[in-house]
Amino acid sequence: MTQRVAVVVFPGTNCEHDVVHALDLLGVDARLVFHKETSLDGFAGVVLPGGFAHGDYLRTGAIARFSPIMTEVARFAEIGRPVLGICNGFQILCEAGLLPGALVENRDLRFVCRPIHLRVESTGSVLTGSAAVGDVLEIPLNSYEGNYVADTDVLDELERTGGVVLRYCDPGGDVSDAANPNGAARSIAGVARGSVAGLMPHPERAVEAILGSADGLSLLRSFVDSLTPSRV
Amino acid sequence: MKVRVEITRRASISDPEGTTVARGLRDLGYDEVGEVHMGRTIHLDIAGDDPDAVMDRVDEMCRRLLANPVIEDYVITVEEPA
Repeated sequence: MTQRVAVVVFPGTNCEHDVVHALDLLGVDARLVFHKETSLDGFAGVVLPGGFAHGDYLRTGAIARFSPIMTEVARFAEIGRPVLGICNGFQILCEAGLLPGALVENRDLRFVCRPIHLRVESTGSVLTGSAAVGDVLEIPLNSYEGNYVADTDVLDELERTGGVVLRYCDPGGDVSDAANPNGAARSIAGVARGSVAGLMPHPERAVEAILGSADGLSLLRSFVDSLTPSRV
Repeated sequence: MKVRVEITRRASISDPEGTTVARGLRDLGYDEVGEVHMGRTIHLDIAGDDPDAVMDRVDEMCRRLLANPVIEDYVITVEEPA
């Protein structure tokens, strides 16, 4: 049976069609769901795509977390159904407390928009379950507030539990300050907790050779593979 | 009454804007400048005449929306008691 995935649209979201296209390529029935909706019945998973939800007013994701659909997103997290936040979606999940930490402005106060390299650090997440530890992926990054921060004890806990799923690295897979595009703590590009995962780079923009890289498929396929049959 | 909320980045969390401004000031010769922290100020006009009750409400607003306790501290000041 074709799995159905909800792609949430907030006012200011702008990556929803790319996510739908990428999920289509993977044989998923992806559907746009407006943030005012209050039910995700019939969906096996949910994606919060990138953009500038509510204009990023106050803080990125600060207003979006109170959208009606977020109650359902939190319920999905609670019952272990896959939830994925990409870029602004990651920021929203952090603001909502569904993922630890927060995203602040980049170290160099510059918007970073270019392909970067990521190393898979853990496969115990809905984002990396079908990848292999050590895989190096080339995927575009497109953000100003992409600098992941959290208290030391939170970072340590994430490391211990396999919650650090992706780190920025160089093309050879080495993690260093120079290969860290935004100053993220411990070069963290993606984190996970339970069935929830978030990352700053855009896997949906690297799904076909014509886009320069199809490495994003590995992450999105993991998400798709983590879906269990849709039910209410 | 008028209430002022000042929000700053927690000391343990990186503040790239503050760091850049500090560097800029030192480049201008202000060698006495140590750490600089950027923040935002929110001015609220709140109905009510009990400063304690207003403080409690604004504190709740800060925790729920105005500040992100993961990365920010806040100070609430009642500027103009009713």
